[in-house]
Amino acid sequence: MQKISDAETLLKLSFLIRNSVVRMLCKAGSGHLGGSLSLADICTTLYFNTLNHQPNNPDWPDRDRVILSAGHLAPVLYATLAHAGYFEIEELYSLRKVGSRLQGHPAKDKGLPGIETSSGSLGQGLSIALGMALAAKIDSQKITIHTLMGDGELQEGQVWEAAMAAAHHKLDNLIAIVDKNGLQIDGKTSDVMNLEPLRNKWESFGWNVIECNGHNFNELIVSFESAKKSSKKPTVILARTIMGKGIKTIENDSRWHGKVPGQNEIADFLCQLEESYKAELNQPNL
Amino acid sequence: MSLHYKSLIPTRTGFGLGVLEAGKKSDNLIALGSDITTSVGMNYFADAFPQRFISLGIAEQNAAGVAAGLALMRKIPVFSTYAVFSALRTTDQIRVSICYNNLHVIIGGAHAGISVGPDGATHQALEDIAVMRCLPNMMVLSPCDATQAKILTEKAISDCLGPVYIRYGREPVPDFTDEDQLLEIGKAQTMKEGKDATIIATGHMVFPALEAAYALSEKGMDLKVVNIHTIKPIDKQAIIDAAKQTGLIVTIEEHQVTGGLGSAVAETVVQSHPVPVHIIGIPDCFGESGNPEELLDKFGLTSEKLESRILQILNDR
Repeated sequence: MQKISDAETLLKLSFLIRNSVVRMLCKAGSGHLGGSLSLADICTTLYFNTLNHQPNNPDWPDRDRVILSAGHLAPVLYATLAHAGYFEIEELYSLRKVGSRLQGHPAKDKGLPGIETSSGSLGQGLSIALGMALAAKIDSQKITIHTLMGDGELQEGQVWEAAMAAAHHKLDNLIAIVDKNGLQIDGKTSDVMNLEPLRNKWESFGWNVIECNGHNFNELIVSFESAKKSSKKPTVILARTIMGKGIKTIENDSRWHGKVPGQNEIADFLCQLEESYKAELNQPNL
Repeated sequence: MSLHYKSLIPTRTGFGLGVLEAGKKSDNLIALGSDITTSVGMNYFADAFPQRFISLGIAEQNAAGVAAGLALMRKIPVFSTYAVFSALRTTDQIRVSICYNNLHVIIGGAHAGISVGPDGATHQALEDIAVMRCLPNMMVLSPCDATQAKILTEKAISDCLGPVYIRYGREPVPDFTDEDQLLEIGKAQTMKEGKDATIIATGHMVFPALEAAYALSEKGMDLKVVNIHTIKPIDKQAIIDAAKQTGLIVTIEEHQVTGGLGSAVAETVVQSHPVPVHIIGIPDCFGESGNPEELLDKFGLTSEKLESRILQILNDR
């Protein structure tokens, strides 16, 4: 797939993806809006710039892999896959319905193109990605394995088992991305279970650490490029994000972790998304 | 009459040799180490194929996930450690990362049963069959001796598609089955014919069950003995046939009496041909430290104790 590096185009794509996320969650009647919106720009950058993949040939063996460890953020992954051409956008609106390929959390057995693994029990994705990265190393296959994690998810012990093992095995073909929006269901991660100093934790586990603004496409592109150049060390990208990004009235509000817009809110939310998009288009550093 | 056996060999050795043989045939086989490599019989493969042995340290949850990742890349991972860890500590990882994806991962459950001995309750897996058995897509194997463990392990690796749990033990036990035995995954083995009652046993309990049956035959009781080496999918027809032929079933396992072989047999019997089923195992309690023989005796699982327990059941009939 052709790589898009132009920030304006990526911004337009992420706007369309957010728009789909809000619509599909409203239709589904349940799901996780806040984190889906915070992860949207990261997903956009991955699927439209960074990844080596073929949406019309989803099982291509030499594709880069993406493991959504934070399975509850499935809506933004589904929307990104659809906009990247993995399946029809119309199918997004089957989210969480009986018989749908778009389960509440990713389900590989439902056969949705682009879904590499089932996930949803937090903390498991990095281990799966690590197994894939090991397999690629064994086969001298030049591919990159990515895993998308929430910051609250880092409270799971398995993540640190995997972090230790990935550094031990020098897996420089592994990139972990942390959607660091600082919120989880019960409130601020700093109140629920403090993660800081997060950079030091990863560094002391032997990882190459990159911090960036998870809503700035140029920073994200540079971060992924830099991560791919890491030698003998896995890389974690700590991407600072805003839960609910794009809908001003819900931004940074942990109550929107697992909520969806009602029919009476959807028009307002879509309107806010468009306003945010237009405001960012006019920013000089785009 | 005493039963003939070749020698005393731990089933963990059979498992280990099975992994080694399968590894010779498939370059895709990858073994994962959780620090107790020799203890669980994986040393044979690790020594022969060090480049395909991946050490992951004492971190079983991660190891289960790594196994899933390898399988998603078409490798055949073998993840084995003590069953209390490989099956029970990692149940959620096995459920979501392995079973939900229906991945061909071989999970070895070493040191299963009360016969682990002196290490005590924490290390005696007595609930693993119950937990592994109820996971969708999971196959559950429980070989009766080292020879069978080797054959079943090779078959599990080469002939199966989804996740497989293989349960085996620590102590040397009679190695009494033939190298060229007729062994089909999912098919029960009739070890002895009989018409008065059927003993259905699994794992290390098959041999003492047979000894008890032969001892009872000298007292005029004609008992059928069935080896269930595949607990899931269980051979329903063999169980139904036994229920019809003998009208009484006694199950024996080194596992809790809830959720294991006895439950699997009872589920089949009550739905198809109800007859009394007596479940012999660990009576819903934790194990304790002691020599294996002492513990088996205390929990009534030696051939002598089984003989008297079965006799009591037959007399109470």
